[in-house]
Amino acid sequence: MRNIFLFIRIYFTFIFFLLLMGVSIYMLFSYNSYHHAVYSKTANEITGAINKKYNGIEYYFQLKRTNDSLVKANEVLYNRLRQDFEIPDTLNKTAIDTMALDSTSIARKYLYMQAKVVSNSVNRPNNYIMLHRGALQGIKPDMGVIGINNAVVGTVVDVSDNYAVVMSLLHEQSNLSARLKKGGETGIISFDGKTHEILYMKDVSKFAKIHSGDTVVTSGFSDKFPGGLLVGYVKDIINDKSSSTYTVRVIPAANFESLQYVFIINNLQKKEPEELLNKVKNK
Amino acid sequence: MSNLVKNIIRFCLFVLAQVFILDKVPPLHQMATPYIYFLFILWLPFKIGRRMQMLVAFVLGFAVDSFNNTYGMHAASCVLIAYIRPFLINLLISQEGAESNYNEPSVQSMGFTPYLTYLTILTFIHHTCLYFLQALQTGGYVYFFLKSLISTAISLLLILLIELLFPRKQKFRTNTI
Repeated sequence: MRNIFLFIRIYFTFIFFLLLMGVSIYMLFSYNSYHHAVYSKTANEITGAINKKYNGIEYYFQLKRTNDSLVKANEVLYNRLRQDFEIPDTLNKTAIDTMALDSTSIARKYLYMQAKVVSNSVNRPNNYIMLHRGALQGIKPDMGVIGINNAVVGTVVDVSDNYAVVMSLLHEQSNLSARLKKGGETGIISFDGKTHEILYMKDVSKFAKIHSGDTVVTSGFSDKFPGGLLVGYVKDIINDKSSSTYTVRVIPAANFESLQYVFIINNLQKKEPEELLNKVKNK
Repeated sequence: MSNLVKNIIRFCLFVLAQVFILDKVPPLHQMATPYIYFLFILWLPFKIGRRMQMLVAFVLGFAVDSFNNTYGMHAASCVLIAYIRPFLINLLISQEGAESNYNEPSVQSMGFTPYLTYLTILTFIHHTCLYFLQALQTGGYVYFFLKSLISTAISLLLILLIELLFPRKQKFRTNTI
């Protein structure tokens, strides 16, 4: 027994070193799994508050760009107004739909909530975005996030009371189901960690006719995003002769570098299909 | 200014400079990201205990980690260099009793060549550990060695610039008084 204590006393520094290393490496490999530790919640609150201060200054330098994108978003919305459409045939009449979408909560599927971006990165293999809106304001993990121009930005992975951390599309573990707007072929959008100007769309059928400049949109199969949201534009095709599918290089539509406001998508009808699927799986 | 206060201010400045300046700079190249915050560990006084030094390094790494959402990556690299640091100082220090005559490692206290070796070795170890852990987590082994070499070069350049821009005055103290 005495020898054990002696051993510990002699090598205490080394044991302490191993202990600290062990703690760090445990944190590193447990962070992405689902049981989140207490420290990430507290740390998010603190770094969020500091990031918000910093963003207060940085925001001024991007006001012009933010303004431009808001005007563009407005333009899109104005073009959807009913009075902009006039039909010469008087038999057809555009009528106001009498169904009130908000009073019948069953009809509404997606609810959009705005949030301010307080910190953002684009140049790492795994990029995260921090939002100033958290659990107290109705954000839960696994909600989809889009930019002001309706382009997909990422998915919420972690929330604290007032802040949320979003896994950007520029993350090596991000997977998004997408389809080509023209042909309808589906694929998986992923990121290789190298440059933030390129995303990869994998598993696209070789029957697809793809041209550079084609639009890629969300497929609507995932419960995070409605179908038809912008993802990016086709750059070119990597034709791997040995594989039976194409990999397409896609330029992301979201402007990740100057993100200031985003919308978080809350899927109100998420529960029922999920339960159904679980029931089938358990059978 | 007391040693403790000086180091606390330094800690905050290094973390903020790393997170809000160097991490925000658009990447020079995909492989090169400069890191300077660990210079805080290299500048810790000679007299600090080994366990204390590792604990401080852990806290520093964790602070940078929580801004980057990479819990543990920077902390592990910092603890590693804090563990190696005392051995390296013992090896490289040339003048007899320089540890007791000067406060912290610098060109003045160690001499130019030993100090540069000290910087280079620890920077390289830090970057290699960092990129190794990154590769383990995300699985990009191909670029890992190249990445650590290029980043070490750029970080060293920045560190030398900092040494030139902010000269640290070191008082020569004798222990005979």
